Amino acid sequence: MNGTYYISAERMTVGYDGKPLIENISIGVRRGEILTLIGPNGSGKSTILKSMIKQLRLIAGTVVLDGKDMAGLRERDIAKKLAIVMTDRIRGELMTCWDIAATGRYPYTGRLGILSKEDKAIVDEAIETVHAKDFADRPFSAISDGQRQRILLARAIAQQPEIIVLDEPTSFLDVKHKLELLDILKHMVREKQVAVIVSLHELDLAEKISDRVVCVAHNRIDRCDTPENIFRDDYIRSLYGIENGSFHTLFGSVELPAVSGAPQVFVIGGGGSGIPVYRALQRAGVPFAAGVVAESDLDYPVAKALASELLSVPAFSVPSESDARTAADRMRAIGRAICTVPAFGETNAANEKLYEAAKAAGILVSADAFIGRADA
Amino acid sequence: MEEKRKTERNASGTRLWLGFALLLLALLGFAVWNIVAGSTALSIREVFDGLLNPSSPHRVIVMDVRMVRILPAILLGGALALSGFLLQTFFNNPIAGPFILGISSGAKLVLSVTMIGFLSRGIAVGSVTLILSSFVGAMLSMGFVLAISYQVKRMSMLIICGVMIGYICSAITEFVIRFADDSNIVKLHDWAMGSFASIRWDNIIVIAAVVLPALVITFLMSKPIGAYQLGETYAQNMGVNIKAFRVALILLSGVLSACVTAFAGPISFVGVAVPHLMRRLFKTAKPIVMIPACFLSGAVFCLFCDLIARTAFAPNELSISSVTAVFGAPVVILVMLKRQKEGGR
Repeated sequence: MNGTYYISAERMTVGYDGKPLIENISIGVRRGEILTLIGPNGSGKSTILKSMIKQLRLIAGTVVLDGKDMAGLRERDIAKKLAIVMTDRIRGELMTCWDIAATGRYPYTGRLGILSKEDKAIVDEAIETVHAKDFADRPFSAISDGQRQRILLARAIAQQPEIIVLDEPTSFLDVKHKLELLDILKHMVREKQVAVIVSLHELDLAEKISDRVVCVAHNRIDRCDTPENIFRDDYIRSLYGIENGSFHTLFGSVELPAVSGAPQVFVIGGGGSGIPVYRALQRAGVPFAAGVVAESDLDYPVAKALASELLSVPAFSVPSESDARTAADRMRAIGRAICTVPAFGETNAANEKLYEAAKAAGILVSADAFIGRADA
Repeated sequence: MEEKRKTERNASGTRLWLGFALLLLALLGFAVWNIVAGSTALSIREVFDGLLNPSSPHRVIVMDVRMVRILPAILLGGALALSGFLLQTFFNNPIAGPFILGISSGAKLVLSVTMIGFLSRGIAVGSVTLILSSFVGAMLSMGFVLAISYQVKRMSMLIICGVMIGYICSAITEFVIRFADDSNIVKLHDWAMGSFASIRWDNIIVIAAVVLPALVITFLMSKPIGAYQLGETYAQNMGVNIKAFRVALILLSGVLSACVTAFAGPISFVGVAVPHLMRRLFKTAKPIVMIPACFLSGAVFCLFCDLIARTAFAPNELSISSVTAVFGAPVVILVMLKRQKEGGR
């Protein structure tokens, strides 16, 4: 089964001090492929990674690197193939960023570790790859977390590995740097056919960059599959044990649980215009009804997660006259309405009627009334 | 950008050569000063005469009074500083050192017991026995410190525990010396305070045979030491066999500090202060620079301190440890203050 895997764990049992944490793990990654580990905190993602890079002693099973049992390989030979970016805080006393990146050349230099001209050129190139030229000469202790993470990646790149293992590389980065880091990884994979194993917390990013996803939870490998098969609302909910709130595969985002109680306002939405208002009402703790939304509408998943009452119609269908009447009755009973729809057309004629009914009844209000931001 | 980096690299190259030139010059300067200064002042001409001419009237003073003290000061001073650098790397702790961690005191304890045991039976103690028993003591203390270091992660706690181990060992040593025969006490007491005074030529040969190979081995290990400075995880990924490396580091620093304690007694603060000053001077922590630099400046530092110990209150002599403490301890305080300011642990 592992004929094409560059690195694979075979019936591997991992744990600390001889106590098994996760048993019988069999996963692998091919060159030019990204394998992502997801799962709740403390599920053992780092333990698996540490075991695969020989940082932790295996309790059972083997790790095979490029066709050879890793236990029998010399450290130096492993170092030429496998680079890491771990969460350990690196010390680097009195070292510049360039110096840190240059430590990636370690397996290639001679006894005293003196860098050749070629080594230096490789380090320069790695620094350029991660767009770190501007701060390459600054002390490593004086740069931001995001910059540090890039330098560690440059270090891994300078090592010219066939596989890079990264443990939560995006944890302390802002959105921009997260994207940048993953983009660089993706490039490495595509252009240099590097294999990547990475653990991530951000499900949306995991869904976007992974070729295959390993789900670690409840002391086992719960699933290992393509992102398409993993990122399903119900599965993610059960994987993370989300009881309050929900996960949307399409948006790759999570929603907090709906505010329960009798609706205080009816939100006329559709086409994505309702989402910000749904979320604002949820934040303000105001239970609301939403309608009329088709199940194929952009607003539907969020309305479904957040509204205490939802009037919907099946996907790709247009609300009928009677749907509109039921909604109008309900709206009047609630007594207040917000309309978020900027324009009406053929498919949301029902909502236009609803809007006019609200106006006629004089119950149309602005969303600001509920979110306590009259100045906004 | 490229240009800037090039000039910066050249600047650090210049700093390197200037730094080593300065150290060598200081070594030579203090060595000469140490030969000429003393209860009988000598001129440079008399020194050369004493060095080169076996029948010179100055031969005894130059060779058997002054040189016999200068050479150990150089070798043992260098060994101490190097041992300190290794321990700082090992514990990732800028104020670790053989004295502060109680390693010297452990060596002193086992050494005293051995010496008293031998002397009371009328057996002379050879250099090798001295080093071996001192090494056993150093390793015992090191074992305690290691056990503690797995329990506490805070650097200050490790130091406090080391100091406590040092006090316990010193107290027991004091106790043991009280029970020794009168004739032994004086010599033991001198040595227990730290001094280069009682070293003989045959000792020096043994010292050189231990310290110089240890220096060479340490220098050859500068690559893995540099990797280890990044932390164990990365060092291993760079291809360092961590277990073997840790054992080698412990043995080397243990041998070096044991050798010092065996012949000169415990000498304080050299191991902490010197590596720190060298990091300052060379603006790097790279082992390939730090190892020779620490050795040289440890030698300079001990020559300087021994000069003061001998001449400041002549004819009375100070213990070398009290002089090194006066100059070394403030450096340690400065390091701690600096760490505090940088928000370190």
